[in-house]
Amino acid sequence: MVSARRMFIALLLSLVALGASAQERFITVASTTSTEQSGLFGYLLPIFEKKTGIEVRVVALGTGQALDLARRGDADVVFVHAKAAEEKFLAEGEGVKRYPVMYNDFVLIGPKSDPAKVAGGDNVTWALTKIQAAQAPFVSRGDRSGTHMAELDLWKASGIDLDKAKGAWYRDVGQGMGPALNTASSMNAYILSDRGTWLAFKNRGDLEIAVQGDKRLFNQYGVMLVNPDKHPSVKKDLGQTFIDWLVSPEGQQAIAGYKIGGEQLFYPNADQAGA
Amino acid sequence: MRAPSSLLPLVLDGVVFEAGSRRIVDGISLMLERGPRTIVLGPNGAGKSVLLRLCHGLLRPTAGRIEWNAPELPGAPRRQAMVFQRPVLLRRSARRNVTYALNLAGVRGEECEECATEALRKVGLDALGERYARTLSGGEQQRLALARVWALRPEILFLDEPTASLDPGAAHEVENVIAAMHAAGTKIVMVTHNLGQAHRLGDEVLFLHQGRLVERTPAGQFFKRPASNEAAKFLEGELPW
Amino acid sequence: MNDIVDAAARAVGLVTALDPTLVQIVGLSLRVSIAAVILGCSIGLPFGSAIAVNEFRGKHALVVVLNGLMGLPSVVVGLVVYLLLSRAGPLGSWGILFTPTAMVIAQTILIAPTLAALSQQLVADAWGEYREQLRSLGETKLGAAATLLWDLRFSLVTIVLAGFGRAASEVGAVMIVGGNIDGVTRVMTTAIALETSKGDLPLALALGFILLSVVLALNAGAFVAKESARRRYG
Repeated sequence: MVSARRMFIALLLSLVALGASAQERFITVASTTSTEQSGLFGYLLPIFEKKTGIEVRVVALGTGQALDLARRGDADVVFVHAKAAEEKFLAEGEGVKRYPVMYNDFVLIGPKSDPAKVAGGDNVTWALTKIQAAQAPFVSRGDRSGTHMAELDLWKASGIDLDKAKGAWYRDVGQGMGPALNTASSMNAYILSDRGTWLAFKNRGDLEIAVQGDKRLFNQYGVMLVNPDKHPSVKKDLGQTFIDWLVSPEGQQAIAGYKIGGEQLFYPNADQAGA
Repeated sequence: MRAPSSLLPLVLDGVVFEAGSRRIVDGISLMLERGPRTIVLGPNGAGKSVLLRLCHGLLRPTAGRIEWNAPELPGAPRRQAMVFQRPVLLRRSARRNVTYALNLAGVRGEECEECATEALRKVGLDALGERYARTLSGGEQQRLALARVWALRPEILFLDEPTASLDPGAAHEVENVIAAMHAAGTKIVMVTHNLGQAHRLGDEVLFLHQGRLVERTPAGQFFKRPASNEAAKFLEGELPW
Repeated sequence: MNDIVDAAARAVGLVTALDPTLVQIVGLSLRVSIAAVILGCSIGLPFGSAIAVNEFRGKHALVVVLNGLMGLPSVVVGLVVYLLLSRAGPLGSWGILFTPTAMVIAQTILIAPTLAALSQQLVADAWGEYREQLRSLGETKLGAAATLLWDLRFSLVTIVLAGFGRAASEVGAVMIVGGNIDGVTRVMTTAIALETSKGDLPLALALGFILLSVVLALNAGAFVAKESARRRYG
């Protein structure tokens, strides 16, 4: 039937057109939604691509998911912010070496009405204790992300056993930073967020920064090449080029150059030992 | 090249057809031979349409034997055909409906187009060949259905009340085509409720009643003096079923 | 209400400015979904028609399953296809995860059951009318399935549009197998999801309006084509 033949040709052409658009010189980087949503990649990657001609394709997920993606060999490089999880990744033999890249900080966001009376402070564990005592609404990302893990560590550091203390006030949404902020905004709840996502977030409602500046809100980013011995498909040369650039003076300067509303989001610290 | 043996005569032996608990055909035995135009008459529910479908192979008998002289081979072009009360035409031009049937019989290309043209001419539709079949009038559609089967030169043609839905003028045109097909050598077996038509077109009559073959008589005689009581009552309109 | 008006205005602005990112995203969305529809039709329509004209044991069960698969959640399809195409999965060596090809495959799997189930119903309804005549002419079951698909082509247009609508509007499958990579696998629906999660609701809504308009335009075009053809063919 003529029409069947024509359909088939159209199909082949369209698929070829889709396939042809894929160039070979690219790497897949598994990173986090908060990093992507801060807009950093949109700013940083074109600089790298222009210099090296290597296209960087970022798949943005939660930290836990990103590392799992790499464990399946579906990424060449991981770029996340959960040191403990990253070191576990290395210990499993999934990664080659961890390079510190940059840090930003977390901020404790809360409603202007401030039911737990914590606004303006710089002691996050004190604030969390007050929030729990007041049973003020608190939104948790609950998605094994770097932010989520940092939040859990802070509850522990505040001496609070979440399993016992959890109640209707603690809302575990299982979502990325943006959606969780949306939820917190509509519930007028407290929430821990990375500064980058908060600065780029447009649906603030009645929320504002309640607590910031505490050293324990420090959020370190690290980058690793996925182990090509374990996953032969990993593009190790291209991937290493990206990593080398990130920690190079040029890359570090580019990172520092990213600003929202005149404010710098990320602080490069590749040279900081033990970061 | 030797022509294949003729399909006819067709032999039915003790044919029974049941649907659920009802016996629609109740032990019919007969032989259909080349030549005479056979009309099947009978009141509603007598089993006429079912008998036709059994002969044509659209239905399988519950019991009994239906045997052609030289049966059609599966996959070979059909040598028998059927026309229904409402013609089922495809959503294409009149001509393409005919070439569709020809393609099924393995006729393609130039030969196919010529056969189609010829068939349309024989039924008087040559001017309407490019019209879309479903926009033709009832009579034209039925003639197209006849052109479609005529192009294949069937040995036997079954017709199930072919003019029941048509006005007298269209019915007359259809009858002319049927007569022409018979003159060209196709055996005609037709079910009709139209006694005048039966008289005009028939050579012999098979009279069915309650699934049985009650009478088989030459047409002229059947209408003057039928052999059975049931037939007599039927002709007087006193035997609804 | 104000948000919605803002978003509509923003949508018009984006379209008239022919924002290059927007054009690229709309183009990719259309290419992926249309490819999925073509592939899905070439699998689903013949399959549905073949089921309709045949009788076999288990036919009813098969039809029920097919109808049920119309409700396949897109995120489940995405997950399954991801597991298949992942480097750790059986088809990992194909290396097509996070490419538009993977998205086409996922959407095809998503809509093929719908195309099959609806065409099965359409052909089955018509089969009663055509069955005796086609058999009488010596048509095979396979031939009948094909003939009916062509004869019912006007009604099939609506079914194809239903498939396209499902493909163009889904986000679960393409998000997982495509990765929503900027400039590579970002389509309208994943872009809307991203802007929503960034809190930029007016932009997300604007993109939503644009997506709706594109799909509506396609539907209108198909309708006009179908009606003009139908009037000619009768």
